[in-house]
Amino acid sequence: MQSTTRQFKDNARAALNDATLRQPLQKLKVGFRVRRAQAAEKLPEFETLRDQGRDLKNHVLENLDFYLETFATAVEASGGVVHWARDAAEAREIVLSICRDHNARTVTKGKSMISEEIGLNAYLADHDITPVETDLGEYIIQLRNEPPSHIIAPAIHVQKEMVADAFRATHTHLPADRPLSEPRQLLDEARAVLRDKFLAADVGITGANFLIAETGSTVIVTNEGNGDLTQLLPKVHVVLASLEKIVPTLEDAALLLRLLARSATGQEASSYTSFSTGPRRPGDPDGPEHFHVVLLDNGRSRLLGTEFEEMLRCIRCGACMNHCPVYGAIGGHAYGWVYPGPIGSVLTPALIGIEEAAPLPNASTLCGRCEAVCPMRIPLPKLLRHWREQEFSRHLPPGRTRLGLRVYRWFATRPALWRLATRAAALGLRMMGRKTGFLTRLPFAEDWTRHRVMPVPQGQTFMARYRAETDTPEI
Amino acid sequence: MTSSRTAILESIRRAHGRGDLSADRQQALRDRLKAHPAATIPARSAGDQDHRITLFTDMVTAVDGTVDRISGWDALPQAVGNWLKSRNLPTTLAIAPDPRLDAVAVHPLYTVHRGAALPEDLIGLSIAEAGIAETGSLMLVSGPETPTSLNFLPDVHIIALPASALVGPFEEAWARLRTRFPDGLPRTVNLITGPSRTGDIEQTLLLGAHGPRQLHVVIVDDVPSA
Ligand code: SF4
Repeated sequence: MQSTTRQFKDNARAALNDATLRQPLQKLKVGFRVRRAQAAEKLPEFETLRDQGRDLKNHVLENLDFYLETFATAVEASGGVVHWARDAAEAREIVLSICRDHNARTVTKGKSMISEEIGLNAYLADHDITPVETDLGEYIIQLRNEPPSHIIAPAIHVQKEMVADAFRATHTHLPADRPLSEPRQLLDEARAVLRDKFLAADVGITGANFLIAETGSTVIVTNEGNGDLTQLLPKVHVVLASLEKIVPTLEDAALLLRLLARSATGQEASSYTSFSTGPRRPGDPDGPEHFHVVLLDNGRSRLLGTEFEEMLRCIRCGACMNHCPVYGAIGGHAYGWVYPGPIGSVLTPALIGIEEAAPLPNASTLCGRCEAVCPMRIPLPKLLRHWREQEFSRHLPPGRTRLGLRVYRWFATRPALWRLATRAAALGLRMMGRKTGFLTRLPFAEDWTRHRVMPVPQGQTFMARYRAETDTPEI
Repeated sequence: MTSSRTAILESIRRAHGRGDLSADRQQALRDRLKAHPAATIPARSAGDQDHRITLFTDMVTAVDGTVDRISGWDALPQAVGNWLKSRNLPTTLAIAPDPRLDAVAVHPLYTVHRGAALPEDLIGLSIAEAGIAETGSLMLVSGPETPTSLNFLPDVHIIALPASALVGPFEEAWARLRTRFPDGLPRTVNLITGPSRTGDIEQTLLLGAHGPRQLHVVIVDDVPSA
């Protein structure tokens, strides 16, 4: 997928002015956050499980080569085929050649962020294969020709009237005057239309929440059942998964399953957790005849052993974005690539390059809520700071920012001068806002004061008060 | 694809600053796979059969499913019939070819076909490999007598759960899988928790997205309780 991350500032400004975004983002804050908190509350072991989940994934990453080879052997033993893809281009090529081997015309798809990452739909369409997204949210955004704005609720930004418009424009075989004002009507229409697609598809493509090394199984966790129909009805099932999705055993999967649904939607368990192991067996009345797993690296292996290794623990639950004040204000599209929110701000620079994604690590207030809710205890703020350091040392920030930081450093490393300057500034600001007690304009911070006023400093600097109250001698 | 495989594995080893794992290390990892240790198991699932039944029933009900309990397989045709009647549903069923469901299949009340679900089937009846009290989940496996399509195509899904197959946590369900399928898992293992649902339109929860709109579980007391 092409990124628009470089234009993050413009994207964000547009999003802030987009009135249609406000309601869904508001709802997300109450809905997802409250439900997650309740689910965590109901499981006294939740915090312990988070520690264990972190440790498990660290163990897996340390021994990733071993577990991948074990997984591949198990898949092959159950009659499946494993394909290894170094990058997006290789993965697309593999999927296309599987489709061609089976003369596929249409392909149904379960929700897969890897598919978004490698830009699979456009590629298949360019090669005369019709991809049909079947997750309701993914279907809606496919019809609207836009990327997902949330990793577990891809169409969270779309209002029901916009869904109705998209359905009317696409489902032209249905009466034009049918009622489509209620979510139920929209769902029933999508269900009926997609049923036919499920039955007609030649290949079904799903993602994977987990890969189990012990059994060679791929696991999807869903609520709609579309992923299950996708991997059940066509004669070929293709699974797209990135390397770090692997867990050693069923018991390890149970640990992460207990964390995933609660963190994502606040459910005790999602409606469907399904394990696929190989193709249908002799005597089975249904199921695919062919089973392929595509293992995608795309920049992940080189993160191992670096300060960014920890982000490979991510199980894509979405909790960090549900709790992020920045995501909550601008939604997912502004981030400009597949993964929005805090995890996106950390992952995107790693996968498409910090040059391309430089604005993202700065799109955070480092408030720490993401780390507080991340089931895998990924220190997202720390990782964002690492990116900021890298960005700075590579001279990526604009000249004005660099100059400002340099001036700041000059003063900050000269305590006497710093105190003098801050005292002068506090006094100056106090004079400026004498009449009202508020400042409506600040030199060098016009962007900030355009939307807010700042109360005037109360006269003393922090250091002066600190010294007075603690009797600390001047250093 | 050998070259990509090698390249990826080497990239992992290079990033870790090592070569292949030592033989000892590999053996330790193989031992871990064999021992498959469990993490902390939520205490809520511990207890006797009565506790499991209560917990399971509560959890299924909390996710919009319904639960019935009967004294033996002979009572199944009538119990299913009563539930269908209470929901105003017809008595045409697609039934898994498992012999334990034969009594329903031959009962004069029903019009029946056995085997994989057809697109037009409205009601499917299948049988669970295990019930998991911890979350109110049903574990169904694919096989000649248990087609997976019955779990997803029909609008209404009725699942018979032998009481002897009701376990506490996930881990006990895995133990059943390992015993029953020592040579590897069947093609599909489904854990089903409530009917199909979506929140994709304006975060409004709706049941019956692509899978069943209704889920009904009948617990069959298949062994005299201890
Ligand atoms: S970083 Fe943590 S909270 Fe965010 S999606 Fe990944 S696992 Fe979930």
